[in-house]
Amino acid sequence: MTATRPDVMTQPTARTCPFDPPPEYRTLREQRPVAEATLPDGIAGWLVTGYEEARAVLADPRMSSRRRRLRTGSGPVDDAELPVPTPGNFLMMDPPEHTRLRRLLTGQFTVRRMRQLTPAVEKIVAERLDAMAAAGGPIDLVQAFALPVPSLVICELLGVPYADREDFQRDSATLIRLDASLDDVQRAHQALTGFLGRLVRAKRAEPGDDILSGLVRTGELTDEELAGVGVLLLLAGHETTANMIALSTMCLLRHPDQWEALRNDPALMDTAVEELLRYLSVIQYGVRRTALEDVELGGHRIPAGSTVVASLPSGNRDAAHFTGDPDQLDVGRPYRPHLAFGHGIHQCLGQQLARVELKAALSALLDRFPDLRLALPAEQVPMRHDMLVYGVHELPVTW
Amino acid sequence: MKITIDQDKCVGAGQCVLAAAELFDQRDEDGIVVLLDPAPPQEALAEVEDAAGRCPALAIAVQP
Repeated sequence: MTATRPDVMTQPTARTCPFDPPPEYRTLREQRPVAEATLPDGIAGWLVTGYEEARAVLADPRMSSRRRRLRTGSGPVDDAELPVPTPGNFLMMDPPEHTRLRRLLTGQFTVRRMRQLTPAVEKIVAERLDAMAAAGGPIDLVQAFALPVPSLVICELLGVPYADREDFQRDSATLIRLDASLDDVQRAHQALTGFLGRLVRAKRAEPGDDILSGLVRTGELTDEELAGVGVLLLLAGHETTANMIALSTMCLLRHPDQWEALRNDPALMDTAVEELLRYLSVIQYGVRRTALEDVELGGHRIPAGSTVVASLPSGNRDAAHFTGDPDQLDVGRPYRPHLAFGHGIHQCLGQQLARVELKAALSALLDRFPDLRLALPAEQVPMRHDMLVYGVHELPVTW
Repeated sequence: MKITIDQDKCVGAGQCVLAAAELFDQRDEDGIVVLLDPAPPQEALAEVEDAAGRCPALAIAVQP
């Protein structure tokens, strides 16, 4: 059995600039911010490209996240018909199940707690940059820096041995590869769940002061749920941030005035991080929901049962919401809420950690390697068109 | 100005703390929003509206 996973969204088609969403999104956003579209699975659904409209979808309790029900067309959906989500994966749950699981974790990811981690993150960043300097260029920034930093941080937080990174990084990558076969996806998922399951049993026997041990201690979750939560946090904790670090670096190198502005005024780093999150929006194919009842949106009636995709990259370029020209990178742009971490009850749990990591990584990189440059022509950098999380496969750099 | 928060709706994203740290905090144990000043001076209105606008769970309401 080697069924192939659904193709990427066929309409709109492809990027023409590595940092911009496909140009068709702009036309759609301006003319039909809520549009009927053929989704990658070949089913008729809805594509939402406007900022306000996408935000409305993501905040609407009638839009279900139990999104494995992708292949249904329209028609009434009975809640009981929706598949049972993988235990622990609260990203694919609705309240009250979602509330129960997320609430067990929110205390671990507060602004205060994440800021307290800053010195530890800065130390990890400095060590990786030392190693990079010692090795000398050209070097692949992804393997040398962008991937190890968030992987080391999330391993430390969760209580996952970093020595196992090759396995979990490979399995995670398979899960978000659009051309992976269903067999490979299942195998990768089982491998990750098995790995976290063994770890949970070990924590039960000998707890530490990490998040997984803390969850074990609450006594609220089964081993199966604990493994599912672990897979979700591990995956979300390193893929997204790693790609943001690498893609942000490439983007700043391609916008030397912005790189220079940041080097001259490090106080701009807070707005720069928000701007890069907005501008690059690495969740490139958007977020899926299923309408549980008929929903009015942007002058359309979305019938119950429809699959709705809210495009985060498109919403984040909406000139009706952002000041100035949202298609320009401007590290000093005054902050307005963006959709890079999603919106609604599923908005990224780890967003404060991502901010701390991005700030520490980019600040130190700018400081230590002021002459950093791409080691190959920009058009030869392999971009991650084929992954659910956008970014670069490699980023050869030198200095 | 009067601020009301709905702790049942809060998802602990921390956006309000980023917007106005002197008005909002998060409980250590579960990350749920804590209102530090339910009736701040009128000058804080823009900041409070920013916090309410950022909140992903629409858990903050402001009466100017």
